[in-house]
Amino acid sequence: MSETTVRRAGNRVFIAAVVLACVWVLLPIYLLLINALSAPAEVTGFPKRFWPSFDLASIRFFLGFKGVTSALWNSVQVAVLTMVMAIGAGAPAGYALARFDFPGKQAFRFMVVMTRAFPLPLLALPLAVLFIRVGLDDTVIGLAFVHTTLALPFAVLITYSLFSGIPYELEEAALTLGCNRVQAFLKVVLPLAAPGIAASAVFAFVVSWNEVFASAVLTIEHRTLTAFLLQSLDVSPLPLKFAGGAALVLPALGFIFAVRKYLFAMWGIANR
Amino acid sequence: MPRLLPYLLLLPATAFLCLFFLYPFTLVAIDSLNHDGVWGFENFDRMASHWKFGPTFRNTILLAAVVVPLQLTLALMMASMVTRLKHARGAVLYIFAIPLGISDLAAGLVWLAIFEQSGFLNSALTGLGVIDKPMLFLGYQSKGVIFTAIVLTELWRATAIMMVILVAGMGLIPKEYGEAAEVFGASRWQRFRRVTLPLLKPSLQTALILRVIMAFEVFAVVLALGGTNLPVLMSETYHWQFTMQERGVAAAYAMVILGISVGFTVLILRLLHVPKEARP
Repeated sequence: MSETTVRRAGNRVFIAAVVLACVWVLLPIYLLLINALSAPAEVTGFPKRFWPSFDLASIRFFLGFKGVTSALWNSVQVAVLTMVMAIGAGAPAGYALARFDFPGKQAFRFMVVMTRAFPLPLLALPLAVLFIRVGLDDTVIGLAFVHTTLALPFAVLITYSLFSGIPYELEEAALTLGCNRVQAFLKVVLPLAAPGIAASAVFAFVVSWNEVFASAVLTIEHRTLTAFLLQSLDVSPLPLKFAGGAALVLPALGFIFAVRKYLFAMWGIANR
Repeated sequence: MPRLLPYLLLLPATAFLCLFFLYPFTLVAIDSLNHDGVWGFENFDRMASHWKFGPTFRNTILLAAVVVPLQLTLALMMASMVTRLKHARGAVLYIFAIPLGISDLAAGLVWLAIFEQSGFLNSALTGLGVIDKPMLFLGYQSKGVIFTAIVLTELWRATAIMMVILVAGMGLIPKEYGEAAEVFGASRWQRFRRVTLPLLKPSLQTALILRVIMAFEVFAVVLALGGTNLPVLMSETYHWQFTMQERGVAAAYAMVILGISVGFTVLILRLLHVPKEARP
């Protein structure tokens, strides 16, 4: 065997492995979607077919089920609030870390990175009591506060790497041309950073949309979709579970597509 | 004014983290040490003397011990694939990263569709003639199968996080090192083992810490697939908080999860320590 045959065979094995890995990720999602897009009788029936019948009865059953639409709406509200708060607090911090050297910078970075060494959803336990005392119990905003804590470190780290990538000289040029600091930021830096900020906003939305434990602990009447599905796990029929699962998964496909360029910036590893 | 500006910018985030991160953790610690107004380890005693604590603790640790090494291997393989790809790199990276956006509950439901009695695994097995009639995979008698299903779900769901971090880390390693090793006759495996892996330590550290903590937080996947058949620390915390209405014991459980999380973080930091001057 010549060296090229060996190399070509190696390449074929490599491509097969890549395809296999893609199937490993995509196949389970496809199977869930078959269930979501089949009639309830098919979902509980046996054996299963490996393609959907595109019967929307399961979806209609899911959407018509008591509490589902309000749960969906609560999930969206919490996620949007989380998004706004995480970016509102996180982006200025990211900007400060990227642009200034000041005493205490390392301490702040340490605190942000340290949040990851803690199981954050557990925060919900003491907050459940605290929220009752201040009247935030079972509210959308109360849960959004907890979700913001989860999303904030990511928002800080993404915007930090984002602003670091925009040369300070551009801002200086704007300053010498008569802009003040705020104008220089709004007219020069923000347009350049906007797509990245949008991506980190989407990521904050995802964090909140997917969170289960804190949502289940902190909401009772105003349950989010995850809390609703979790608490009805042992009583809900299969079609409801799978349609609900699909409702959670489908947005994820879009989310990850929207943030795909910024996937690397959010882990606190330096990147160039 | 400019000297104060950075602090002003950090103020909202700092206030937030103090109020919703540092403060609640102090409260959990206080709750765990306070039983009906009496200080002491009563809550921990009640937690540890309950018959379920042993299995719960074992299940959680065992799950982490099985999942994390397998996942690390898988993530390294997938990251190497992405790094080596010349065409369609973006598309493959996107597909590999999809589970990153999927919640643990949704992942549990995805794999429930495969493992439930009228599910796709049974359909495929009967279709192929391996078994005559569908088997009950997730019953309370088959804890081994439930455990395997949870391991598969966790592998499927959380490999993406490690993979993304490792791809980022591999991108930081200068190409020249690998090329130099190749010139000296190192095989692909030797280059991976002797060049890539040691230089990857900082990102391995980040990936492992994140993943190990996620492993101790495993919750919705277990409930979706095993119900109460396979208790883990997080589900017991939830159980004590709600069904038993004993916040003190729930807080004690939280402290256990916190303790092992911090313990393993320190351990990983030690084991994969990279001296500052050796960083790429």
